Amino acid sequence: MVSYRTALGRARGLGSAKHGVNHWIAERVSSIALVPLSLWGLFSAITLSRVGFEGASIWLHAPVNAVLAVLLTVVSFQHMHAGLRVVVEDYLHTPGTKTLALLLNLFVCVLGAALAVFCILKVALTGGAV
Amino acid sequence: MSDAAGAKTGTQGRGPDDRPLSPHMSIWRWHVTMATSILHRATGMALYAGALIIAGWAVALASGPDAFDAYRALLASPLGLLVLFGLTFSLFYHLANGVRHLFWDSGRGFDPKTADMTGWAAIAFGVVATVLIWAIAVIRIAG
Repeated sequence: MVSYRTALGRARGLGSAKHGVNHWIAERVSSIALVPLSLWGLFSAITLSRVGFEGASIWLHAPVNAVLAVLLTVVSFQHMHAGLRVVVEDYLHTPGTKTLALLLNLFVCVLGAALAVFCILKVALTGGAV
Repeated sequence: MSDAAGAKTGTQGRGPDDRPLSPHMSIWRWHVTMATSILHRATGMALYAGALIIAGWAVALASGPDAFDAYRALLASPLGLLVLFGLTFSLFYHLANGVRHLFWDSGRGFDPKTADMTGWAAIAFGVVATVLIWAIAVIRIAG
């Protein structure tokens, strides 16, 4: 593809908004990571649909399951935050409403991810003991 | 807000609220690349809700057997299963169309014929994979 950017501009990675391309790259990196992670999550959901509380606790007690569940959670919420942020920036233009929606998006994602990660680790480390 | 004469000529007095938002649904004929783009965002937002549902599952599991059983019953209810079915389609479609986007990021696949073809492929993959995985799940749970 033809590039209209200078060598220095490319090296600095700064676009028209005067900040880097980190957001764009992070969205792509997280989407690549989510291809295997989300498929693993889906097949795990089928396995988990057959078992009750005890079975689910034992399942999450396995190190590989616990680690992949944490990774799926963190990457998903990061990707979701980036994705909805673009939607908000595209469709909400009233300054107050837009800021509020962006904040809400961030807080919901951080809270959801923190809750899920803590709960996964709790079950993984205690084996579901209450 | 905006002055009528300016709005008519389209040159003056147009605030942000008066500007048309892309895609211009009212003047564009529906085509598959537009549908896949809209569907990508719609399924993305559905998956946002889906991730919160899964986070709720983890909270229920960490809260003990009673909370977990109640949450599991909620997911196994007709409405719960319908939501899970919709989320499965959302995941498969968003995944396929996401790969299509990564393919575009490499600078390829932009000519209309290829873009239409990959668009239909993403939709077809979403539908077929969803039906297939639910058939497998139902057989495994029943068997």
